[in-house]
Amino acid sequence: MSTAVAEVVEKKSEPLFSKKNRKLVSNPLDIDNPITVQVLGICSALAVTTQMKPALVMAIALTVVTASSNVIISIMRNTIPSRIRIIVQLAVVSLWVILVDQLLKAYVYDVWKQLSVFVGLIITNCIVMGRLEAFAMGNKPFPSLLDGLGNGFGYGIILLIVAFFRELFGGGAIFGFKVFEAIGFHYKGNGLMLLPAGACIIVGVIIWVQRTLNGYRETH
Amino acid sequence: MESLISIGVRSIFIDNMIFAYFLGMCSYLAISKKVKTAFGLGVAVIFVLGVTIPINWLIQNYVLKEGAMAWLGADFSSVDLNFLQFIVFISVIAAVVQLTEMAIEKFSPALYGTLGIFLPLIAVNCSILGGALFMVGRPYNLAEATMYGFGSGIGWMLAIVALAGVREKMKYSNVPAPLRGLGITFILVGLMSLGFLSFMGFAL
Repeated sequence: MSTAVAEVVEKKSEPLFSKKNRKLVSNPLDIDNPITVQVLGICSALAVTTQMKPALVMAIALTVVTASSNVIISIMRNTIPSRIRIIVQLAVVSLWVILVDQLLKAYVYDVWKQLSVFVGLIITNCIVMGRLEAFAMGNKPFPSLLDGLGNGFGYGIILLIVAFFRELFGGGAIFGFKVFEAIGFHYKGNGLMLLPAGACIIVGVIIWVQRTLNGYRETH
Repeated sequence: MESLISIGVRSIFIDNMIFAYFLGMCSYLAISKKVKTAFGLGVAVIFVLGVTIPINWLIQNYVLKEGAMAWLGADFSSVDLNFLQFIVFISVIAAVVQLTEMAIEKFSPALYGTLGIFLPLIAVNCSILGGALFMVGRPYNLAEATMYGFGSGIGWMLAIVALAGVREKMKYSNVPAPLRGLGITFILVGLMSLGFLSFMGFAL
């Protein structure tokens, strides 16, 4: 019975990049951003953003993991018993994280060292689990792939913005390039920006600016 | 004994899970609107950290570490299963959480009423897996690892109850509309983290 229903749904084909599918990628960049609106994946967003380079690597790693585990869970969604779905999801996610971890260790060892436990913590990153629960469990593989990519990009954008300000004001550099010294300024780094406190305050201000622009409001 | 106390104080105040490493931020921000629920979640985190860290310590030191399986015989003395760390740790955590949930449901329905809903959330709380991964990187013995688990849990609870207390009072202040909710909470966490920096000067 259920397969018959599924076939009927499959037949209603829609263009590969329909408006709905494009929205899946563009929404998480702003009005449905995983960090500033859905409040997911905050831990790593704050912890790996002292410099641009680890932030970029982390964003790519998370996008890969989210998109690929979204696809796999979406393919398996009709066969996973709902009582044990969390552990099935965790197993799939940790498979991808192990792969990413080994790859980073092999090719960008210094960044891997800097990220330390946070690559492993992608497993419990709420964005991955949240998207699996909220989207991949109820949608077909292709939209799930787009949703995973979109949320990965939304996360990456915030990460890069935070890292930009933290590295610029904390160390006077961007991607390790000393900006202030290049234009003949002497800049003494603001240590607060490199501390946890600075990260929280920058994210708070980013949320403030974003919500002023797009009109999203919350009551307390 | 002295080292145990020092690890306890260190993990509660200096290496605080929230203010020094930002672990478990998702549930920290989501469940900190009321002191009562924050306290319930805090107790559940202490419990799960206190139980899973010693279990993961045993697994790491007798199964996963390079040469850890020497007790099985000379053939196994060079096996290195470290790459399985993530999947093993997260399975242990998910299993312990599930077991705890069932046990509490059976033996103490009253406690289940307050803690029960939080327990599934804890399996994906980064502070649990993060605690296990930090424990691997430090030369702790079993007692020290257990102390570290409980200490980190207490530190996490302290942080969430404090934030919930502040957020309850925030109702009465006139925050600019776009900053309400998440924005002001982040700034609050930043200021609290600034306060916790003062513990860094302690030499332990």
